[in-house]
Amino acid sequence: MATKLKDVDVVVVGLGWTGGILSKELTEAGLKVVALERGNPFNPANDFALPNLRDELRYVVRHELMQNTARDTLTIRNNISQEALPMRRLGSFLPGEGVGGSATHWSGHTWRWTDMEFKVRSMYEERYGKSFIPDDMTIQDWGITYNELEPYYDRFEYTAAVSGKAGNIKGQIVAGGNPFEAPRARDYALPPLTPINSSVLFTEAAKNLGYHPFPRPSANASQPYTNPDGSQYGACQYCGYCQRFGCEANAKGSPLVSVIPIAMRNPNFELRAHSWVTKVIKDSDGKKVTGVAYTNVLTGEEFEQPANIVLLCAYAINNVHLMLLSGTGQPYDPAAQTGVVGKNYCYQNGVSATLFFEGKYFNPFISAGGSNATIDDFNINWAFDRGPHNFIGGYNVAGGFNTALPIGFRPVPRGTPQWGTAWKAATKKWYQHGMTINAAGSVMANRNNYFDLDPTYRNAFGQPLMRMTFDYKDNEKKMGKHSADLVNSIAKSMNPTHVNQASSRDSWTVVPYQSTHNTGGTIMGTNPKNSVVNKYLQSWDCHNLFTVGANVFPHNSSYNPTGPVGALAYWTADAIKNRYLKSPGPLVQA
Amino acid sequence: MSDQDSGPQGFARRDFLKGAVVGGAAAATGTVSPAVAAETQLQAAAPASQLGYAFLNIEEAAFVEALVDHMIPADDLSPKGTDIGLNIYIDRALAGGWGKGERLYMQGPWKRGTPNQGYQLPLTPAQLYRAGIEATNAHCRKTYGKPFDRIDVKQREEVLVGLSGGKITFENGPPARMFWGTVYQTVMEGMFSDPIYGGNRDKAGWKLIGFPGAVAVHREHVAQYRDKPYTADILGIADLS
Repeated sequence: MATKLKDVDVVVVGLGWTGGILSKELTEAGLKVVALERGNPFNPANDFALPNLRDELRYVVRHELMQNTARDTLTIRNNISQEALPMRRLGSFLPGEGVGGSATHWSGHTWRWTDMEFKVRSMYEERYGKSFIPDDMTIQDWGITYNELEPYYDRFEYTAAVSGKAGNIKGQIVAGGNPFEAPRARDYALPPLTPINSSVLFTEAAKNLGYHPFPRPSANASQPYTNPDGSQYGACQYCGYCQRFGCEANAKGSPLVSVIPIAMRNPNFELRAHSWVTKVIKDSDGKKVTGVAYTNVLTGEEFEQPANIVLLCAYAINNVHLMLLSGTGQPYDPAAQTGVVGKNYCYQNGVSATLFFEGKYFNPFISAGGSNATIDDFNINWAFDRGPHNFIGGYNVAGGFNTALPIGFRPVPRGTPQWGTAWKAATKKWYQHGMTINAAGSVMANRNNYFDLDPTYRNAFGQPLMRMTFDYKDNEKKMGKHSADLVNSIAKSMNPTHVNQASSRDSWTVVPYQSTHNTGGTIMGTNPKNSVVNKYLQSWDCHNLFTVGANVFPHNSSYNPTGPVGALAYWTADAIKNRYLKSPGPLVQA
Repeated sequence: MSDQDSGPQGFARRDFLKGAVVGGAAAATGTVSPAVAAETQLQAAAPASQLGYAFLNIEEAAFVEALVDHMIPADDLSPKGTDIGLNIYIDRALAGGWGKGERLYMQGPWKRGTPNQGYQLPLTPAQLYRAGIEATNAHCRKTYGKPFDRIDVKQREEVLVGLSGGKITFENGPPARMFWGTVYQTVMEGMFSDPIYGGNRDKAGWKLIGFPGAVAVHREHVAQYRDKPYTADILGIADLS
């Protein structure tokens, strides 16, 4: 029997960026908050310290900071006619686990998504006509605008120590930044990172071709920094161990450096690590939730934590899973096109070329998470006419390195033997002299890409695994081809000694690693028919249930999702503090 | 195989240890067989890091030693695989949590699945390695009359090309390409992971490419070494502990 605990104001499920932001904001508003985190309670000074942190095998290959698939995973398939099988080990994407969540091991790439995303359907319909959007493409406007979110982006960027160069301040285009970005109230919190050789070469090449390169905005503090809350960041050391690692220098924008310690110091806050939430509990008429059920994974004991407000702040996929397990909202049925929970799952699309230059040195082990130069010429603007190419969305292109450690990064020209003296000679010859150009592309929602509960496979708690049905559709294939051609043309213009050309992905596979940017499943929208939550990320069904994460995105941009995830967390915190608490009920009338 | 395993007498350690088992019976009678005495000597002469195998049995050890010495031969770029400790790395990886499948979802039902669905075998990595070695040796016996560690360099090359290219399939074994993928991954891990795991001995893998290891502070180096070779002492976790 579950032990019923004392009532609290707010229960937060998952303590990463969103759970951390909401915990800090709501405890400061005087609410009693309990955060339940299924993983470990990390302490950066102890857990992310030299020299043990410098271990590619442990963190990159063996996934020390990631979800343990032995306990909980997904089943996967490319289409409805296949049988879904478990993702038995992590590959394509890497959800984090433990206090800090995926924000412990991210690289820091922080973008502002704009009305090109938030108004995707109406903007494309206006420009190209309704028939430009394929019938099976279930994209929709998000119900929020860039202008509404701008102050919250600003807040997040200053909290997370984002380094970058503004391209558009209050409508004034600023040289050196991204000329296609939406107007910002002010520049980034910190100047851009120092460019590495690969990004210098890419910048030069992109300029020569008439594109508009700029340094990637990234939450890797380019200088020591104290944020507006008084949280102190160290300066990035360009150590090369960023993605999939905690940060020893406290230079990576992390809730463990900022909002979580602030919440922890507040007597209104309580963290319970090793607490695995298995269900959100609804009241008898289904109009509200009353709390959550969870298991202490150290003891096996079961608890019920009653709360006035429940905030689902776990990794995007796990938020959706919990809503499906709890029966909050109607599950999506792709055949009948009814229900919304599980709808519009989206992933990302990408291509990559490797360039080899005799005589140039890249020092791939000297890099920051965000040391890239990027172009947005084929992404968030109408200057790029999609008409002749017949696809929706776009891609950004970057040259540089992120975490290029040697188990994973030893580029050799295609056709090199895989072992023996010839392999060694090529590996030695090219390790210092190879660089990559990558394109990351958006994925538009499709009626046949979705989540539901698996009929066969179960997790460690005996609950059905979530089933993911996903593949690239024609739209992504056309974009993938376009981006591969573009990447190859930039590569060629750089006149490398050799190039391993980029080619587009035809079909999604669970191996190898591609991107942890999973979106959708409990999407936001303008009414209960087209969405699970309203623009304040509040459940249409139960007004005291909110879910914050990329699971609310109706489709996926080419950009990394953490910028809007962080901004939406502040946006929701304000909506709860300033509106919901005064008058608990739906913040948008259905 | 490493030097101490195949001495001038020309016997392989496998035969040698089998002899030692027989010798063990003699030892019980109060006499120490020459084989046991010789083995003791050999072990005393072995490098301190060669602590023996935690997972691999005699045949598997012979396979892995032959494999890593073939894939990473001694030349002017590096010592050979066993001298870099790749066999030790692989043995420890298989004996440890990864080999036991500690992060692998191991619930059935088991279906083959599509290639896009990834790993679907009811085997831990250690079990896959074991079954794959057995199947590869069976293939070698059928084709060449000898197990992998006894065939010549040209034949070994043929086997690895066959495994990596999907030309060799196992009649009653695991999917050959899945086995090869795991083998290849572990050899590369042994070559380039931190030496604390038993491979990359003397940082031979890192020296080969010029990777500085666990060095952490490059803030001043970004501009200073842009388009210039960066050289520094190569340090591992143990050097900084």
